[in-house]
Amino acid sequence: MLAQAVPPRYHYPTDWWNPAAWFPSKSSTYAGQIDNIYVVIFWITFVVFLIVEGGLVYFLFKYRYKPGRKATYTHGNNTLEITWTAIPAVILVILAVFSNSLWSEIRDPNKFPKDATTISIKPRQFEWDITYPGPDKKFGTADDIQTVNQLYLEVNKPVQIKLEGQDVIHSFFVPEFRIKQDAVPGMPTAVWIVPTKIAQYEIACAELCGYGHYHMKGTVSIISGDSLARWMKSQAPAPVVPVTTIAPDSTQQSAAAH
Amino acid sequence: MATLVAPAVVRKKSGAHAAHDAHGHHELGFFQKYVFSQDHKVIGIQFMFSSLFFLLIGGGLAMIVRLQLGWPDSTVARPALINAFYAFLSHILPASAISVTKIGYTLDPEFYASAFTMHATFMIFFAVMPFLMGTFANYLIPLKIGAGDMAFPKINMLSFWFALVAGGLMFSSFFFKGGAAGGGWTNYTPLSDLSEQLGGANVGQNLWVISLLVSGVASLMGAVNYITTIVNMRCPGMSFFRLPLSIWAIFVTAILLLLAIPVLTAALVLLLFDRTVHTSFFIPASIMIAGQPLVGRTGGGQVLLWQHLFWFFGHPEVYIMILPAMGISSDILSNFARKPIFGYKAMVFSICGIAVLGFFVWGHHMFQSGMNPLLGTTFMISTMLIAVPSAIKTFNWLGTLYGGNFKFTTPFLFAVGFVAMFVIGGLSGIFMASTPVDIFIHDTYFIVGHIHYVLFGGSIFSIFAGIYFWFPKMFGRMMNETMGKIHFWTVFISFNGVFFPMHILGIGGMMRRIYDYTQYPHLSHFQGLNAFMSVSAFVLGASTLLFLFNLFWSMFKGEKAGMNPWRSNTLEWTVPSPPGHGNFAETPHVFRGPYEYSAPGHHEDFWPQNEPPEGWLERAEQMKAAAAHG
Repeated sequence: MLAQAVPPRYHYPTDWWNPAAWFPSKSSTYAGQIDNIYVVIFWITFVVFLIVEGGLVYFLFKYRYKPGRKATYTHGNNTLEITWTAIPAVILVILAVFSNSLWSEIRDPNKFPKDATTISIKPRQFEWDITYPGPDKKFGTADDIQTVNQLYLEVNKPVQIKLEGQDVIHSFFVPEFRIKQDAVPGMPTAVWIVPTKIAQYEIACAELCGYGHYHMKGTVSIISGDSLARWMKSQAPAPVVPVTTIAPDSTQQSAAAH
Repeated sequence: MATLVAPAVVRKKSGAHAAHDAHGHHELGFFQKYVFSQDHKVIGIQFMFSSLFFLLIGGGLAMIVRLQLGWPDSTVARPALINAFYAFLSHILPASAISVTKIGYTLDPEFYASAFTMHATFMIFFAVMPFLMGTFANYLIPLKIGAGDMAFPKINMLSFWFALVAGGLMFSSFFFKGGAAGGGWTNYTPLSDLSEQLGGANVGQNLWVISLLVSGVASLMGAVNYITTIVNMRCPGMSFFRLPLSIWAIFVTAILLLLAIPVLTAALVLLLFDRTVHTSFFIPASIMIAGQPLVGRTGGGQVLLWQHLFWFFGHPEVYIMILPAMGISSDILSNFARKPIFGYKAMVFSICGIAVLGFFVWGHHMFQSGMNPLLGTTFMISTMLIAVPSAIKTFNWLGTLYGGNFKFTTPFLFAVGFVAMFVIGGLSGIFMASTPVDIFIHDTYFIVGHIHYVLFGGSIFSIFAGIYFWFPKMFGRMMNETMGKIHFWTVFISFNGVFFPMHILGIGGMMRRIYDYTQYPHLSHFQGLNAFMSVSAFVLGASTLLFLFNLFWSMFKGEKAGMNPWRSNTLEWTVPSPPGHGNFAETPHVFRGPYEYSAPGHHEDFWPQNEPPEGWLERAEQMKAAAAHG
């Protein structure tokens, strides 16, 4: 197996004015699209924030107590009410429409890439059990390839990941792919990804799954098609080897190792 | 008009007579007066002290969480003060919570899970909810609507004692083997369902369920009482559209409680059955424990059922905790702006709009749960829509401030702080409402930041505002303004110091509920920022002690308040501070809305709701005389 790479040390973004610069690097086809919607919402909310908080501070300063002055007596203004009901409503509906086209592109099962290879991940406390269907492209056959916590993907090739929790709910989260999907026991779910860079990232569990939740991590290695084929060949098909769960007192060891 | 006026006068007298009959003849003993009291004011104050106690417990647990997150790995150099903090905690926490090794103190990951679970549980169910729907609802409803007490005083008393027992049960779970529940306040099944998977918190987990069942009974008793009282016991002239917004908000919230709590109760009962008599409501057949099939269960349950039931309660619950806060701040803002609230009816309709829409948005907690993505679309649209009434309210608060004339008293500062912080919480919600963005920020610190801007920046700021504002009525003395202002600025600055960076952590990919993020190379660089947040959290925690000192000091040494220290319009300010048993010597008659400040032509800049218009009394006398002649 490949050695675990250490990602470059993070620096607070030098282009700090760009809201997307605060994200982890992006490495899937739809990561940029998700970031774009975030950026649009960011600027809309930022303008609203400036108007509201700016107005608030300005009013606090301008209308501070002055003896002898009487406050303006008014019960409201219907034109204003309609305006500030309609404008947010329109903006929010537009946001919803835009968001939804990307949402259905990512999540609608009918729009999943047709040529995707399939991998099955069945997480459990506190590790990722990963199965490749092997050359026959069928799960549950003798040529299945099993790994634990090590996911290998081919760059620029669509892959569909089937998820199902074995014991409790876990959540498959790779920040650089901008993907997160709960793996629910008894209810299979699926996501698709097209990785765009040769790199190594971490798989994190994003749903609280017990005391070992924090160290339930795996590695995803995005490699070339040739490398993946070589790795596949090197893996002798083997039955599932149960890996002992990490005991609760492992904190010290992992801390020391770290 | 004439037919309206005359009976009111008659009623006024009979009301006074009735009050005399009911309350004048017997003195209550100490226990009946202060402990098992049926007086809504005493019950309100009891709720205040119990909520303060649980606020301290919840806050203390938050300090432990921040201690761990600031310096998570014992190989990270810890300042001496932090080690001293650990040394102190190792004396008061259960022995298993903190271990000492060569490399320093280590917090047990299971205790960490209990700490954040119980932090949220205490804050939500035993601090914020009872503050708003126990303290303020109880204290203010009869006084503000001109009633002598609640419709069902005995149920009211029971409501408090059920809530207290529930809190005690929850607190006791720390002392059982395995400790308190550690599945997060949302307690997703199957993690919360099978003690094998929790790693020990068996009794604690059951107690969590039972405690919330009991607390639900308390909430329902309160809700029934508030609704009945507001519908039936408003004094003459107090039409619904003359109710202060705080009462409107409490009224609508009580309806929300009545509809939402039974769903939680049902879910909790199912969970308790699963845990104690091994049913399988939330356990699918295929479940495996450590690679082995689970024995003793039939399976066939649905994991997501819990989430649907929980959030069907849980989302209205969020509004249960914010609507009364909005009402309280509306009252206070209008009072100190010396202006009528801007758009009173728009405010009322947006409270109702939030309440109705609040039942159609629960799925936005479940976008990544594996729920049908089409449902995600539905819930995104309803969630985007529910932002509209919140926006209306915000703009109306700004409209209220426009053209005002304010003195910066502590309650006003907190009410303004509420608006400023709620805006951030509201805007950050839009990011998560957008389903694709939520794919990334779901279950990260972004949501933790968001909820704290709404629940702390919103609800708790408003609760502080309310306490500073109504303390003079409760205890007859003012709270100290200097300490109050120091408290406000410390809270305001340290609050933002803790919670704003959470958004940065969130979009940096840091998961919530994680014991040691330094395990992840892509998160370990956040240690410095986390340490800063933790220091801010400690300052925030310490500021609460100043608030408590001010509260108790002012109770005995504060300046005498008088009947109406804030020159306010509503009925609670027309009776002595503190008001006597039965509240009003005569049933008041209301002539106008609650926000008539700076009315043109009126000699004062406030105009109490019960002050008769010029010539009204004379006309009434004439009419009575005419009626007698006729």
